[in-house]
Amino acid sequence: MSAVRAPMGELHARVARAWEALASVEDPEIPALSVVDLGVIRYVTPQADGSLEVGLSPTYTGCPATEVIQNLAEQALAHADVGRFGVKRVLAPAWTSDWITPEGRRKLLQYGIVPPDRSSFSLRDLRRGDRPLACPRCRSTETECVSEFGSTPCKALHRCRACLEPFEYFKCI
Amino acid sequence: MSAAAVSAGDEQLLRYVLRLGDLSLVLGQRLGEWVGHSPALEEDLGLANIALDLIGQARFFLGYAGEIEGRGRGEDEIAFLREHSEYCNPTLAEQPNGDFGQTIVRQVLIDAFQLELYEGLISSADERLAAVAAKAVKETRYHLRYSSGWLVRLGDGTAESHTRVQAALQRLWPYTTELFAADAVDEAMTERGVAPSLAALEKSWSSRIGAVLAEATLERPADRPYSWYGKQGQHSEHLGYMLTEMQYLQRTYPGARW
Repeated sequence: MSAVRAPMGELHARVARAWEALASVEDPEIPALSVVDLGVIRYVTPQADGSLEVGLSPTYTGCPATEVIQNLAEQALAHADVGRFGVKRVLAPAWTSDWITPEGRRKLLQYGIVPPDRSSFSLRDLRRGDRPLACPRCRSTETECVSEFGSTPCKALHRCRACLEPFEYFKCI
Repeated sequence: MSAAAVSAGDEQLLRYVLRLGDLSLVLGQRLGEWVGHSPALEEDLGLANIALDLIGQARFFLGYAGEIEGRGRGEDEIAFLREHSEYCNPTLAEQPNGDFGQTIVRQVLIDAFQLELYEGLISSADERLAAVAAKAVKETRYHLRYSSGWLVRLGDGTAESHTRVQAALQRLWPYTTELFAADAVDEAMTERGVAPSLAALEKSWSSRIGAVLAEATLERPADRPYSWYGKQGQHSEHLGYMLTEMQYLQRTYPGARW
């Protein structure tokens, strides 16, 4: 490898190590998911001064987990030999549940949380017209929404009328 | 006037951003009063989650207001250390919770307003406001879905629930005039492409509210010419009591951190 290309290779390696470190950070509210699965890590980009900038988006504007996620991400990066870095909050474009990775959706379902059932959210869809969700335990579609809001801002509370178990649904947003 | 003082144009932007932030802050604080007191655990969580979204929006707006103001005040100082007459929320937001039905009526009226407002602000000439609106509009849709769902259940529910929400609607309806009463600040913001026109918002708000009221079998109260002036800092008596509680900690222990 030439002397000119070596630093570039090193930069790529630092970026890769950063992603790897971030993939080990669990969402504090849904530990089944990493923050990378959740899609809140927007980018890891080398800056002109040689540091790495990590873009982080909140899922909901008031989500109290955002600060915890930032602290956990900074700790993981500090232990991962990625050199100097900074975490920047990114608001636009707004985070959407569409950015949960296929791997993340699989993990959610396995954990007992139904992943968002549509790939995009209709702008005017305010009335209940959604097709019934399948219970993550018994797969019955005899389910109902108990509350639009659950234990965290991103989830709604549902109930299965077949197996009588409550379950959570990760809302489309 | 000091050298750091903002220009006249930014003074209007500052005022406008404070109004956006105070609407979310004051309504969020009111909903927070329900925590531990709601009729059921699900509603406790629902109202607390909506409050959380609103306070999150307020943080973005008030933090931005601090930057526009340029006097080094952050979101917390603006939220907790201003005087009564410096708050710019429309008077409807500060009205007491009353019973659950009255809280739901207030919520439907404001959710529908914020939904139209944020949909308009997505294309604002001000990039910061556009970014917050694009985020907040998605949350606001869920707020309205929750509140209008409850309004229909209560309005089209028992004789008792119907009577109570109809009475709450009569009581709160007069405050809605202020939401759409454009003053020099609103007109300047619309002129600059920062804010959607309030006249246009009123039209779509009115038809959306009309549909929800019809489904809830509630009678739409007559409009009255009288308006309130909370946006200009003249509030009802209720805001002072709310602020006394909200500001207690920051005033008693200045600079407290945890």
